[in-house]
Amino acid sequence: MAELLQARGIVHAYAGKPALSGVDFTLRAGEVHALMGQNGAGKSTLIKVLTGAAPLQTGRISLAGQPIRPASTQEAQALGISTVYQEVNLCGNLSVAENIFAGRQPLRRWTRGGGIDWRALNQRARTLLAGLDFEIDVRQELRTFPVAVQQMVAIARAIDISARVLILDEPTSSLDSDEVEKLFAAMRRLRESGMAIVFVTHFLDQVYAVSDRITVLRNGALVGEYAAASLDHAALVAAMVGRTASGREATPNDPPPARTTTGEQHPVVQARNLARRGSVAAVNLEIRPGEILGLAGLLGSGRTEVARLLFGLDRADAGEIRINGQAVSLGCPAQAIAHRMAFCPEERKTEGIVEDLSIRDNIVLTLQARMGLWRKLAAAERIEITNRLARMLDIRAASLDIPIGELSGGNQQKCMIARALATNPQLLILDEPTRGIDVAGKQEIMNQLTQLAAQGMALLFISAEVDELLRVATHIVVMRDRRQAGTLPGGSTEDQVYALIAAPAEGVQ
Amino acid sequence: MRALARRLLAQPLFWPCLTLGLLITLNAALNPGFLALAWRDGHLFGNLIDILNRAAPLALVAAGMTLVIAARGLDISVGAVVAIAAATGALCVSATGSLAVAVVAALAVALACGLWNGLLVVAVGMQPIIATLILMVAGRGIAQLITSGQIITIYYAPYDFIGNGFLLGLPIAAVLAVAVIVLLHTLLSVTPLGLYIRAIGINPLAARIAGVRARPITLCLYGFCGLMAGLAGLIISSNVKSADANNAGTLLELDAILAVTLGGTALTGGRFSLAGTAIGALIIQTLTSTIYSLGVPPEVNLVFKAALIFVVMLLQSAEFRASIRGLATRPLDPA
Repeated sequence: MAELLQARGIVHAYAGKPALSGVDFTLRAGEVHALMGQNGAGKSTLIKVLTGAAPLQTGRISLAGQPIRPASTQEAQALGISTVYQEVNLCGNLSVAENIFAGRQPLRRWTRGGGIDWRALNQRARTLLAGLDFEIDVRQELRTFPVAVQQMVAIARAIDISARVLILDEPTSSLDSDEVEKLFAAMRRLRESGMAIVFVTHFLDQVYAVSDRITVLRNGALVGEYAAASLDHAALVAAMVGRTASGREATPNDPPPARTTTGEQHPVVQARNLARRGSVAAVNLEIRPGEILGLAGLLGSGRTEVARLLFGLDRADAGEIRINGQAVSLGCPAQAIAHRMAFCPEERKTEGIVEDLSIRDNIVLTLQARMGLWRKLAAAERIEITNRLARMLDIRAASLDIPIGELSGGNQQKCMIARALATNPQLLILDEPTRGIDVAGKQEIMNQLTQLAAQGMALLFISAEVDELLRVATHIVVMRDRRQAGTLPGGSTEDQVYALIAAPAEGVQ
Repeated sequence: MRALARRLLAQPLFWPCLTLGLLITLNAALNPGFLALAWRDGHLFGNLIDILNRAAPLALVAAGMTLVIAARGLDISVGAVVAIAAATGALCVSATGSLAVAVVAALAVALACGLWNGLLVVAVGMQPIIATLILMVAGRGIAQLITSGQIITIYYAPYDFIGNGFLLGLPIAAVLAVAVIVLLHTLLSVTPLGLYIRAIGINPLAARIAGVRARPITLCLYGFCGLMAGLAGLIISSNVKSADANNAGTLLELDAILAVTLGGTALTGGRFSLAGTAIGALIIQTLTSTIYSLGVPPEVNLVFKAALIFVVMLLQSAEFRASIRGLATRPLDPA
């Protein structure tokens, strides 16, 4: 295969702090090339340098043999390098077609009145999406579509602007497995047409489902470039974390604890036929002290909705919730918190962090809110609590007094867990706490969860990654199509869970 | 020295203070007696005291507005609430001859107005600007109903005291405004309320999920804003010894929003400064005095005020200052 994009000896530093130290990267036409590494390994920096978002400080980049030095993303795009980011950077209030051709709309000749040629615009958008095997009404507003479709539109826009190198930065983190499969189909199609695709992701399974080659970075340095077929899971993880391989079989928490040890204790929380119209139907579950209930299911299966009902974020219109045996009515999160519940929401940015407040204020917010309107947490106590939790969860920040918005996603997530733990809850609900976090960080969080359970906390752990759930859960409730598909004991196999989830999408698992 | 200058420039109150200082200097240059203070009949007199006194209603309204804006709201009905409170106070004092009844009734009605706005926003889920637009338009009508379309003149002497009296040598209105703002500031820093308001302003949903009782707090902020408008209404009606449903507090909502902005509070919510708002109100009142002392003809009065405000806002805009700095320090083109 022809080498299309070559980067040699890339060194990059932010304000004197090195982020990349002499990295080589080679991309060939007609391949999907996975770029792997933990948070802070230098993936994003490398992508920024390749796409002109960060200036090339030291090193050489060449595209099809010609040296290039893109000074802006526009320049990189003109050369044929496009990027689609994790968060869709499009305008929700414009139509799909307008988004694809924004700034490049086909115009009518002035003899015909000038202005935008809407017919050509929509026709071209339809043709382009059809090429990705996608049929939607291109005249509809973009925001009316799910994120997966928006992502596809972003990709369509990127490949229409320039079609040599396409960089996908964590495109799958908000997609469910059907949608991931669609995206992969599009990627394979583009690969056959000779495009070179860089694929950044945290999901190991997905790397193998679609990639031909894998480049691994660690601490800003190149670990190596491998053919995907010749590098197994364990070896890949080892390359990323720089430790000897310990596959998912050898995690420290195996085998999962059985629930018999705590069987006699009163459940901390019990849900009986809990339901809300348009949200979920008839959920039954109970969690005792020291237990971790895993909640499995596909995106949109009702996982998050169960958590919202239990935490009083939505009001149930049928069934009951009992806390320590007492029936309660929860009308708002503050009431759930008063019953010593805590919740880490899935949408960290919109529902979790309060961006401009300091890390400390973010961590103590729930604890403070529980104390009411008038009594303020003592300054010394505030500092002691936040220091202790930052140490315990290994929150890395220049100072705990900087705005939380300046932290990386993984550290923000840890702050959300810290906020929950600061209230010393009896029930902790975690919705996708490991999303967007690297392998080592995931393992840390999982270890924390088991420790908390060992100290007698009851946990509800929601995750799309079944192997993660199986590793820690004492029992598992599986959701399907917004109802409870079944309950499994701890120590069940992935196959058993998937059998309940219904036909898992092929290729993703 | 440079480090000190930089620290000074980074102070959020630096630009509002500088603006106020410049305006006062301008006035002092134009009118040599501007800064003079005199002690007469046991009271302080002078232009500065006058500004303090006249800025008081605006400062009170703007203080309420600051908190509403900080929690991502807006209240454009405050001018109308001023008229309602003034009418209620005037009517009650005429009917009962009791100052206490008049004050309590006016404040209660104003509080109810504020809570009504809050309910529309919190419980009905209306956009704040639309929710308060309702009372802004309807409020003048309500005030006219209360006064039966007449201008009620107040003949009861004690009522005068609110707007024209003195305490410790200072005008009552100014003392009231300073006391309210200082008390409020203290309340927000010794209780966690300030933190809650900021959290709600930055991300209302995240604040609610974190257990902050965002809805009741927001409701109370609108109620407080109404209450402040009521207090301002009492002062204004007492000042002119009458309640005019059509003209009391007209465009006060815009002046209040302007004062809040001048003081460095972000209109997008989250970041707020009560001290800044107080300075903002003083800036606006000083501007008005400047226009009078310059002898600007009445017909160009508003244009002149607009131009001055434009300059002040430019000075306060970080983007504008950055572009000026860019012009000043741009290296010469080597070609």
